[in-house]
Amino acid sequence: MLGYLLRRIGLAGLMLFGLVCLTFVISNVAPSDPAALAAGPDAGRSQIEQARRDYGLDKPLPEQFLRYLTDLAHGDFGRSIATGRSVGTDLARYFPATLELVILAMALGVLLGVPLGVLSALRKDGPADHATRIFAVSGIALPPFWFGLLLQLAFATWLGLLPTSGRLSVFTEPPPPITGLLLVDSLLTGNFGLFREALSHIILPAIVLSLPCLASILRVNRSEMVEALRMDYVTAARAHGVTPWRIVMVHALKNAMLPTLAIIGLRWGWMMSSTVLVETVFDWPGIGLYAVSSAIAGDFKPVMGVTLIVGLNFMIANLIVDLLYGVLDPRLRRA
Amino acid sequence: MSATAEETVAAPPRRRLRLALWLLSRSFSSMLGLFLVIAIVVLALIGPWIVPYPDHVAGAVSLANKLQPPSAAHWLGTDEVGNDILTRVIIGARISLLVGIGITFAAAAIGVPLGILAGLAGGRLREAIMRFTDLFLSVPGLVLAIALVAALGPGIVNAMIALILVWWPGYVRLAESKALSIREEPFIEAARVAGASRARILRRHVLPNSLSPLIVKMSMDIGQAILAVASLGFIGLGAKPPTPEWGAMISIARGYLPDWWWYAMAPGVFIYLAVLGFNLLGDGLRDILDPRSNRG
Amino acid sequence: MTALLEIADYRLAFDTFDGTAQVLDGIDLTLEAGGTLGIVGETGCGKSVLARSLMALNPMPPARVVSGQIRFRGSDILGMSDREMRRLRGRAISMVFQDPASYLNPLLAIGTQMEDAIRGQDAAVGERQRPRAAARARAAELLAAVGLPEPARLLDSHPHQLSGGMRQRVLIAMALAGDPVLLVADEPTTALDVTVQAQVLALIARLVAERGLALMLITHDLGVVAAACARVAVMYAGTVVEEAATADLLSRPLHPYARGLIAAVPDLDHPERRPQGIAGSIPSLITPPRGCRFHPRCPVATERCRSEKPLRREILPGRSIACHHATP
Repeated sequence: MLGYLLRRIGLAGLMLFGLVCLTFVISNVAPSDPAALAAGPDAGRSQIEQARRDYGLDKPLPEQFLRYLTDLAHGDFGRSIATGRSVGTDLARYFPATLELVILAMALGVLLGVPLGVLSALRKDGPADHATRIFAVSGIALPPFWFGLLLQLAFATWLGLLPTSGRLSVFTEPPPPITGLLLVDSLLTGNFGLFREALSHIILPAIVLSLPCLASILRVNRSEMVEALRMDYVTAARAHGVTPWRIVMVHALKNAMLPTLAIIGLRWGWMMSSTVLVETVFDWPGIGLYAVSSAIAGDFKPVMGVTLIVGLNFMIANLIVDLLYGVLDPRLRRA
Repeated sequence: MSATAEETVAAPPRRRLRLALWLLSRSFSSMLGLFLVIAIVVLALIGPWIVPYPDHVAGAVSLANKLQPPSAAHWLGTDEVGNDILTRVIIGARISLLVGIGITFAAAAIGVPLGILAGLAGGRLREAIMRFTDLFLSVPGLVLAIALVAALGPGIVNAMIALILVWWPGYVRLAESKALSIREEPFIEAARVAGASRARILRRHVLPNSLSPLIVKMSMDIGQAILAVASLGFIGLGAKPPTPEWGAMISIARGYLPDWWWYAMAPGVFIYLAVLGFNLLGDGLRDILDPRSNRG
Repeated sequence: MTALLEIADYRLAFDTFDGTAQVLDGIDLTLEAGGTLGIVGETGCGKSVLARSLMALNPMPPARVVSGQIRFRGSDILGMSDREMRRLRGRAISMVFQDPASYLNPLLAIGTQMEDAIRGQDAAVGERQRPRAAARARAAELLAAVGLPEPARLLDSHPHQLSGGMRQRVLIAMALAGDPVLLVADEPTTALDVTVQAQVLALIARLVAERGLALMLITHDLGVVAAACARVAVMYAGTVVEEAATADLLSRPLHPYARGLIAAVPDLDHPERRPQGIAGSIPSLITPPRGCRFHPRCPVATERCRSEKPLRREILPGRSIACHHATP
């Protein structure tokens, strides 16, 4: 088990290094001159040259790369032109909002996707299965930004049940962060009014974000369950008199959960990525909105910072999935 | 002896095709997918000749007519400068389909040869190709695409380039795993023992056997690429108005919510149906051609 | 007195894309309590499908019962609901499978799988499920009964940690969990190493004798039948062509197919006699030959065999053959 663990962590470290290389390359192939960007839109030639020297952009690429690495190691992602703050500070401030959204959406996706997948597999080729399939493919096909607009229109504008956008009403002072997750912080401080308000704001974006995730978990879980229920060991369990409930929920589902877990790991990363769209629609102050507004303004460092954070999240999620695989599958433990 | 064995395995009998078509026609969701795909392709092909207001494609301005609700003259209403929305979404089908197919084929054209090379070559070369591929897979697609567009500058061509750069690694993975697994198959062993050349093995065995998963993946990816381009258009990094691209249209329409809500409806429904069609079709094809694989 | 198991005119079809395969075509067999019956035949003759029918384990669809009855202690299991069937599985009829590697769940500990079977059988008859600890004690007892050392440690291990022979013993132990009266063994030794085959076969024979079990043993290996079964039925393409006492059949097979099967076995006492194969191959079950299904491969086939299906008839006491040309 320890060897397996170390190998996985080593692999993740390699991926991280690759990721850093990637962002560095993207920054340096940009047709726009990074020095000109750094110096600001109104800078003259001498100011640009000054910026080039200040940021070390006149140095050879390997040296620049080394410097990029050391900066990152110190948590220095550079400075945002638009906000004027360091990207690290901005990320620390926006990330909890994204994290909260992604966690809730993932919870929805897993808690609904797995049982629906099992149900669909048990009713294979029945009307319920076909309905679930169309629902699942729809979940992947619905443009999240458009679906978000529809929900806003229906639940906020027409029905008036939920707020349109934001994390809290503009009149509510955000509490001092403990974890930075409003739902958790409000419960920790016993502020149920705040909890309700945060919940009413997060529910629509979480639904929009979770739909593709739910859909793909459902699909993978369904087909893996269909597969597992056909296996010889399920036949044997039936022959030996194991109860149908136990066969489905333990003997088959445990096997089906291995590939499902892999999808959950992938989807965690994808959610961090598609949150860009959801946050844009719902004005959710997370890293997605930060990345989009920076990208449109040609503000480069924040986009790279977000890319790194999302990549890091993706990697950690996959690492956790790999470890869970080791826990679930005894055959891996010995390796 | 081994030559005949090779022949029978490599060339799937016509029966298999017939079986596949029979299975496909029995599945309601696959037929729905096929119908939607055909509809969108037809729309893209004949679009310019059937739209009610051809001069609205490029964005004619008639402010007297702006933001009309659906009516007999404008079935889906008009936009903020008085263009017929129906005309623009139909032309949008052309753009989206072209872009979706373009991205997918370009990604496959880069990824598949690299993957087959990696799978067949093995050793150092394989290691190098696969690690390079992993690099691009270390960040989820949309964020990487945004980073690339941020570097290249917004616009539909750059969005396409970015999405191709994001998309090809998936094809390397697919082709590599197919080539690898086929290398291990007994009938390849037999073909090699029988003296078949590398090129022949590639042509007769690796390509036909990779074709099913490739078709399935490409069908799904065309849908996903259409969605991705629309997403970039929506956040303002893809096609620029007045190009009648669906995502960009929704991005504009968003500013006219909630009072002129129908403006945002048509392009959204079109994206949904197009992506749904390609996904349902791909899903149905996978069940038949490649039942053992699973992707989310 | 009714027999323990009576199969009467049992026909089972599989609906496939290419058409309907008549996999079992009128099976008649009887097994007394404590009796041992071997079913032999080539791969694809339907013997495993027959075995699974006794426990309603064939997937339906594509499988479909066309006609017939399978009476266990007088009641027809073909008409039983899933709930009724569960009362029989494990407790009255148990099954041992061919490939122990694929019939054990790779992700669950041996103990968990055995406890689930034991407790599931409690539930099937409407009793309270016994506590896990009690089920575990029972599991350890069963493992000891099949001759596995250190049962307690074994319960905590996973299938991949065991050898093929050990896995098969575990599966046999699980089959005994509900004290069944009929054991159906489907090629129980085929997937095992030759040296282990004899041990597992001896174990099955011992358990059958000690516990007075009835045994239906499915195999393609006449040697296995000779070692464990008093009677034997030879199957060909979904039909039983000959049924006899094992010793009689082995010494003097009467059906041409049974003769062919025995001639195909190498004779170690007379190595100069080369084993003889049967010409031709098993027929398609979708478009089976008219008349006797064996006629295209039969050395003595006549015009009558091509048109008229032979019914199995008793030509000697305790011995029946489905052949137009059979003579005592």
